[in-house]
Amino acid sequence: MTRVRILAGTRKGAFVLTSDGSRAKWDFSGPHFAGWEIYHLKGSPADPDRIYASQNTGWFGQLVQRSDDGGATWQPVGNDFAYATEPGTHLWYDGTPRPWEFKRVWHLEPSLSDPDEVWAGVEDAGLFRSRDGGVSWTELTGLRTHSSGPGWQPGAGGLCLHTIILDPARAGRMFTAISAAGTFRSDDHGETWRPVNRGLHDEGTLPEEEPEVGFCVHHVEMHPSRPDTLFMQKHWDVMRSDDAGETWREVSGNLPSDFGFPIGVHAHEPETVYVVPITSDSLHFPPDGLLRVYRSRTGGDEWEPLTRGLPQEHCYVNVYRDAMAVDSLEECGVYFGTTGGQVYASADAGDTWEAIARDLPAVLSVEVQTIP
Amino acid sequence: MTAVRVVLPAHLKNLAHVEGEVTLHLGGERDLEVTRQALLDALESAYPVLRGTIRDRATGKRRAFVRFYACQEDLSNEPADVPLPAAVVAGSEPFLIVGAMAGG
Repeated sequence: MTRVRILAGTRKGAFVLTSDGSRAKWDFSGPHFAGWEIYHLKGSPADPDRIYASQNTGWFGQLVQRSDDGGATWQPVGNDFAYATEPGTHLWYDGTPRPWEFKRVWHLEPSLSDPDEVWAGVEDAGLFRSRDGGVSWTELTGLRTHSSGPGWQPGAGGLCLHTIILDPARAGRMFTAISAAGTFRSDDHGETWRPVNRGLHDEGTLPEEEPEVGFCVHHVEMHPSRPDTLFMQKHWDVMRSDDAGETWREVSGNLPSDFGFPIGVHAHEPETVYVVPITSDSLHFPPDGLLRVYRSRTGGDEWEPLTRGLPQEHCYVNVYRDAMAVDSLEECGVYFGTTGGQVYASADAGDTWEAIARDLPAVLSVEVQTIP
Repeated sequence: MTAVRVVLPAHLKNLAHVEGEVTLHLGGERDLEVTRQALLDALESAYPVLRGTIRDRATGKRRAFVRFYACQEDLSNEPADVPLPAAVVAGSEPFLIVGAMAGG
């Protein structure tokens, strides 16, 4: 019988919620790694029992945990994220050069086909790969050492590589996104990279007309059936590309605010997209205190608010960039977590919502596994 | 051989799957100097999961929010190659690894 497993990373541990295909009743387990920040957990598409988790605190640094039994038990694996070449410098907030320094793993992206292969996006921005189930990590230096690297500047959350997308159709093609450098594409398994940011604009902050980097990209998603189409929630602006990132156009349309962090795509409808508008870069809560997911069935531009089951007064939470995901059941489920500790689930593509967890620590990430 | 007692903070006890104090048997040579460096090397050797949690992986320096105490003294800023107090080396006092009071 098909099951759905939600992996929620929070400020104080990881939580696993499991349901059958009805998604009506959820079994709850956690906190795993209580007291630690869990930036991200993700299961292997090739083996749903294999899950990787990024575990960190400011006190004791970075660990990576691996489960081989669907999150019931965990073992720490490798945590040596050493930059493979002379780190060099990027720009600090004040514009001065600052040496690259490893801080944490923001995102773990398991291979589409090999449970032992997993990619890690880290702060300060770098891309690492493990081919032995997370035991050892090797940096793919082509990204960090791109000629634009010395000009990369951190976003408010740090110079973080937060998005990794593996193209299911073209072997070797992958995308990454870095705040606040932008989006990058590799066509050779991560060895070499180039910025793909044409069409992005940041109001009033960029001196050049079309700089190749310098964009605060918050999150990017791809539907596997259309790997050339990418949807992006930028700091401001919701964008799409239909040529694998070569060019981007704005699709914010009638959104009440085009600031936000996550963006999601329906599992079976590649033109159905979800965002959670946030008031502004200085007000990280929903407009008017109304928590509304917006759905577009037209690939952007035209958006409808989804409100049933979501708080429609006095709501001042945020939804972080990796805290929205979809399942792949016939009627697509949509899930997101908030900084107020709620995990909301919709079993009907967003029409209605229910809080399936209410009082967790601030949710940093939500991933979903659909298990046959 | 010197038996040194070490007290870990709660999170690191959980990671290392230990309860109470850890006893490390250092060296084997009569004139071995028991330094913090030698103690942490032995600790990480016995519990590899602790690598990177007390000392930064890249620099080998004490992580900023980790402190070291023994015999009611803060040894956090002592050089790593200075011999530890005699009472620690003798095993009559433990070496304390403490998470600094900071944050939430």
